[in-house]
Amino acid sequence: MMTQKLVVIGAGMASGRVLEHLLETDPDAYDVTLFNAEARGNYNRIMLSPVLSGEKTYDEIVTHDDAWYETHRVTCRFGEHVTKIDRDRKVVIGQHGEVAYDKLLIATGSAPFIIPVPGKDLPGVITYRDLDDTNAMIAAARPGAKAVVIGGGLLGLEAAAGMRKRGMEVTVIHLMGHLLDRQLDPAAGYLLKRELEGRGITVHCKGATKAILGEGKAEAVLLEDGTVYGADLVVMAVGIRPETRLATDAHLEIGRGIVVSDQMVTSDPDILAVGECVEHNKQLFGLVAPLYDQAKIVAKTLLGEDAAFKPVQTATKLKVTGCDLYSAGDFADGEAREDIVFRDPGRGIYKRLVIENDRLVGAVMYGDTGDGPWFFGLIKDATDISDMRDTLIFGSNFQGGAASDPLAAVAALPPEAEICGCNGVSKGKIVTAIAGGATSLDLVRAQTKASSSCGTCTGLVEQLLAATLGDSFVLPTAQPMCKCTDHTHEDVRRLIKAKGLKSIPAVMQELGWKTAGGCASCRPALNYYLLADWPLEYQDDRQSRFVNERNHANIQKDGTYSVVPRMWGGVTTPAELRAIADAADKYNVPMVKVTGGQRIDLLGVKKADLPAMWADLNDAGMVSGHAYSKGLRTVKTCVGTEFCRFGTQDSTGLGIKLEKLLWGSWTPHKVKLAVSGCPRNCAEATCKDIGVICVDSGYEISVAGAAGMEVKETELLCKVATEDEALEIFAAFTQAYRENARYLHRIYKWVAKVGLDWCKATIVDDLENRRALYDRFMLSQSVYQKDPWAEHARPAERPQWGPMADFTLEAAE
Amino acid sequence: MSWTDIGALNDIPRQGARVIKTHAGCVALFRTADDRVFALNDQCPHKGGPLSEGIVHGTSVTCPLHNWVFDLNTGAAQGADVGQVASYDVRIDGGRVLIDAAQLVARKAA
Repeated sequence: MMTQKLVVIGAGMASGRVLEHLLETDPDAYDVTLFNAEARGNYNRIMLSPVLSGEKTYDEIVTHDDAWYETHRVTCRFGEHVTKIDRDRKVVIGQHGEVAYDKLLIATGSAPFIIPVPGKDLPGVITYRDLDDTNAMIAAARPGAKAVVIGGGLLGLEAAAGMRKRGMEVTVIHLMGHLLDRQLDPAAGYLLKRELEGRGITVHCKGATKAILGEGKAEAVLLEDGTVYGADLVVMAVGIRPETRLATDAHLEIGRGIVVSDQMVTSDPDILAVGECVEHNKQLFGLVAPLYDQAKIVAKTLLGEDAAFKPVQTATKLKVTGCDLYSAGDFADGEAREDIVFRDPGRGIYKRLVIENDRLVGAVMYGDTGDGPWFFGLIKDATDISDMRDTLIFGSNFQGGAASDPLAAVAALPPEAEICGCNGVSKGKIVTAIAGGATSLDLVRAQTKASSSCGTCTGLVEQLLAATLGDSFVLPTAQPMCKCTDHTHEDVRRLIKAKGLKSIPAVMQELGWKTAGGCASCRPALNYYLLADWPLEYQDDRQSRFVNERNHANIQKDGTYSVVPRMWGGVTTPAELRAIADAADKYNVPMVKVTGGQRIDLLGVKKADLPAMWADLNDAGMVSGHAYSKGLRTVKTCVGTEFCRFGTQDSTGLGIKLEKLLWGSWTPHKVKLAVSGCPRNCAEATCKDIGVICVDSGYEISVAGAAGMEVKETELLCKVATEDEALEIFAAFTQAYRENARYLHRIYKWVAKVGLDWCKATIVDDLENRRALYDRFMLSQSVYQKDPWAEHARPAERPQWGPMADFTLEAAE
Repeated sequence: MSWTDIGALNDIPRQGARVIKTHAGCVALFRTADDRVFALNDQCPHKGGPLSEGIVHGTSVTCPLHNWVFDLNTGAAQGADVGQVASYDVRIDGGRVLIDAAQLVARKAA
């Protein structure tokens, strides 16, 4: 059969799934052209809420990146609006030209409702549909800034919780009497309102928006009852409607959405539609699970296979961390309907079951949702519940008498029960995988994708493992180092010393590694533990190091590297600056940047140029700054007594001495230091791994600060009178960290585990131990304090940094 | 097949890699701990990371940018990640590494 042309309008989750099914089954059936009005490909829209709250990044939710489209030969027209579908000529007309189709798939999704009130077009009024909206909210999220969310549905509440988490003052305005009125009954809605108010979110129910006020931009929201809420940002989340404009213009049959048959075909046999824009049997679809089902049908129809879409019921969960609610089925009051309700106000638990003709038709749970999938199964299967009606509300583990076993609930679930809602994974599929050898959470994730998206079902998956494997599965308490071993980091460190293991193969052999050569997670850790414990005997294994430490430069996203020469204590000279400038010119460095650690970063250097560039910098007297290492990075200083009128000690001089003492040492994670010459603390020493504040009478040494993902002030370790004593304490403390911490734990994490008192007792007060730590540190330095640049810049080493063979030269002949 | 000598086995570090440049991008040559050699496209299908800079373990390599793991035998992504990199025939003869240059040329044309 000749390859046909498929044009897809809209790169969302539904059409993304269609392309996956289609290209997996028959990659050559269609030439695909994909239009998307957003200037990007498909990403996991249901995970925008974690992006908003800061729990995930955009990169983590991308489902199809440029490489995927390229690999699958999908022609992408992103950032381009489709203006018209011409059915007579069978072409789609985009802003930049037209494309012919044999089959067309409309996946235009939905558009948010904008309530028609004055001020709706002011800047600062946004909706919540895509990444740009999310980014607008993140950009507006200064602590204390005010946001008003209009609409207390799923999207609105997720937006509100996310912005609150970023420190904004958030008000939710909801037209109906209780939140999530389509998913919850009033009692559960009340509990949810109380929970959100407890987080500092103001909730205004029965609030009708009259106008958005402001001059030039949104400043406040006015309600019909006269209430005014100040607003730097207004988010409209009052609902969505199918985006049908293109289909309407093309005269396809439209109801509320684009009308499709069971085969997902529109009124034109060559045009299909999928996702939130369609209407099937008078029904619209907004949750992801039925859209994925539709996607399967579309792919089959396109490939000429028989298939029919049958919508199944779906359950709802709110993706707000810490809000536990679940609803499924239909729970509107009705004549033949009866309720079973359970309340425990003290614990904030509410459950309501709706029964009709001895069948469960709806379930709402708040606070304790563990039985949700079981109830959902009863609803879907229309199980006759008359026999268990008395204890139904207590859940599955009450049926059949055995009440006490917490695993009974999950064991009682039918095989079709959905465990992972994100990826649509049933209990049966997980149990099959476990029976087939997936005996750990990681293996289940790898084989079924269950619990690999939002992770809320991790506990259920672990219970399934326990229920299926019995005693051979121990619910994990201590995390093993990685998938290659059951030992923890702490065990491995202890056993390396106790058993005198001095090479990576020896560790793997003696400690029963389950893989042949370890993995990218355990190998660097083992290499570090061995070199820290056996500085004289162990031979550093370059191939067990992460690329940055192997190549002594930081790899960038495009595969180039950054080069940072050391500037002792942040002090440089005109000659060094000239040499840096010359190197930047000579090797066409695209960016020269001053770092936060008081030195200069040369970014965008090609790997093959590294050795020559290092040699040039070496010639000017500079060495590697180890800006790439789990080791000493920088010692930030202020100018101290030498120039500053407030300085109490020579902070710059001490910083240089510290850097010269500690450079080149490998540590469990990076180490950043600072020395401030007076308590004004211009070198910001109180958020470093180790910092010194100079005072008239000496040096205050404090440790365990952080200024990264976490921000934490240092804690005072000790005060000493002389520079020499300060240097000894720094070396001894660093050595204690090197010998005891777990790989990739910064000092603040390690100190939190061992306690500051332990550090004071063993490193400061125990003079004999302090001296021994210092001596062991210096012994290690005698081996490892060497400039890696000089080593690798040697002429004999340089060919290693270039390609092994170059076929581009031959072809040019 | 047109076997072309591209260098000595010892030019590639054990549990490491080197690249060969072609007009269609780099090809990575991996050497395992037991001295087997594999050739894959040097571009992770995820974000284009240079696989030759990854950590080689067993007959797998982990991409240095975002830790995707590939089977050196097949070029297929392992675990839950879905992706595939092209692989090429290589053999070792008397301590020399030979690659099928015809495959590389075909790749360029593709």
